[in-house]
Amino acid sequence: VNEAISLLALALSLTAAVARWRRAPDWAVAVGAAALLVIVGAISVHGARTALGRLGPTVGFLAALLVLADGCRRAGVFDALGALMAFRSRRQPRRLLGMVFLAAATTTAVLSLDATIVLLTPIVFATAARLPTSPRPHVYACSHLANSASLLLPVSNLTNLLAFTACGVSFTRFAALMALPWLIAIAIEWVVLSRVFADDLRQTGEPLPAGEGAIGRPPLPTFALTVVGLTLVGFGISSIVGVAPVWFATAGAVALTVRRPPDSIAELVSAAEPTFLVFVLALGVVVTAAGDHGLSSVVDSLTPHGSSLPALLAVAAVSAVLANLVNNLPATLIIVAVVSGSAPGAVLAMLIGVNVGPNLTYVGSLATLLWRRIVHAHDEDIDVREFLKLGALTVPATLVAATVGLWLSLQVF
Amino acid sequence: MRALIWITESSWQACIDQARALVPADAEVTLLHVAASDVEYLAGHPGPGRLGRRRPPPPGPPVREIAEAEAQALLERARERLGRDAQLSARRGRIEREVLEAAEGCDLLVLARDGEPRREPKSVGHYARFVVDHAGCPVLLVWSEPPPGLEQMHWPPHLRR
Repeated sequence: VNEAISLLALALSLTAAVARWRRAPDWAVAVGAAALLVIVGAISVHGARTALGRLGPTVGFLAALLVLADGCRRAGVFDALGALMAFRSRRQPRRLLGMVFLAAATTTAVLSLDATIVLLTPIVFATAARLPTSPRPHVYACSHLANSASLLLPVSNLTNLLAFTACGVSFTRFAALMALPWLIAIAIEWVVLSRVFADDLRQTGEPLPAGEGAIGRPPLPTFALTVVGLTLVGFGISSIVGVAPVWFATAGAVALTVRRPPDSIAELVSAAEPTFLVFVLALGVVVTAAGDHGLSSVVDSLTPHGSSLPALLAVAAVSAVLANLVNNLPATLIIVAVVSGSAPGAVLAMLIGVNVGPNLTYVGSLATLLWRRIVHAHDEDIDVREFLKLGALTVPATLVAATVGLWLSLQVF
Repeated sequence: MRALIWITESSWQACIDQARALVPADAEVTLLHVAASDVEYLAGHPGPGRLGRRRPPPPGPPVREIAEAEAQALLERARERLGRDAQLSARRGRIEREVLEAAEGCDLLVLARDGEPRREPKSVGHYARFVVDHAGCPVLLVWSEPPPGLEQMHWPPHLRR
């Protein structure tokens, strides 16, 4: 009975997150589901507390990173990036795409995929539209790189943060191992996107007359960029000085908040997405219960062990499939529990799967895709074929090549 | 006579210049721009990997507003270059469909090639290809840059001398 209840609770929490019912927000449903599991005894109070204790620091780290990214927005980092991209592109669409790749890959790696999706993408859209050039390749690049360029650092993706605490490697070793897969993923995106969108990237006719929309070299928000740079340095030396990376993220977030305070406390709190943090914690408890009652053993039997290349490839593939079936966050919570005991190779291969995998379907999972098609078919006339085509062209190639890159890195570091 | 000129960001100047020379002076001209709704949607709706997040959009004009303002600006620039009176039409949706619907009842549709700048089938990209194939009115398909000479053309084997 507990098995059925646990799986039902998991399904309910995920459905709430996808469906976004107005009367039952996902975080409330997930908290309710977790509480129900404790009450019926599917997970003990102690077990729930252990799960929360394990996730707590990660969620705190995430909150600090979200506030840091929002501080960058307030300081005008993304507006400045937009102006810089327009300036450097010299009005050539292909150069602009290069700039967008640079900006999106860096933003994703340093400030996480959320910053790229929420803060950078609208700026990129506006920048392209004002040139004027077709925003299509640039927006798709942001959307894709938010996933595939989130391999580099533990802070690039919540999935990385969850795995980082589980796999026990230092911040610098994580970065060293993932540098090659990250570069490979970006290179594949470049090759595919610049080919698929070749027509949109061709600028014919003369550039705009001088004076009209002339762009000068924009000033950069040096304070915010320095803070972000120092925070990164802090991450790098965290294992040497024996201070957890979360404190450097917190220091960075505090510095940006003090220098340019938000309009209200509410703005600061909403930047940290408290409801999302609660959702992650509650989902962690639900997934732990589901894992204890059979889900872990099923995933365990599907996941090969060891650090050989075929094993890593299989882990990446299973993770990518799972990320597309149930979305990458629950997929990570499920798989981390299974592979956390093994060598870092398996955990990092899992990350390649759950981070790159979501590019395969439109919004990160098949369930979301189906839901969106039903709900938004009438008010939003969206053609998802382009996204699916790009996913089919990039994801399998990236999964294989990036995992081979990881395997090579594991031989060196 | 009603003429529809479909302009895009990348080739509007050439399209307007040739339309100015070729469209009859007494024609009633409409300039059309279509914004792709999927791109707008992707830029404005945080999607992949954001399960459970529900964040208010960042301050600043929403993506739709920017798209509409830029489309309008492009159309006005095009009308100025055309140098004659023209109605402006900014649509959004799936590009091929919107163009065909706008062209319904017109006597002439002017558009530019949107593909490879060579004399070959790929010189017409997939949007223009669909529109040319399905348009119900005469179509004036202009080069967006000077076409290469016949001598540079790659002839298929059965046509080679």
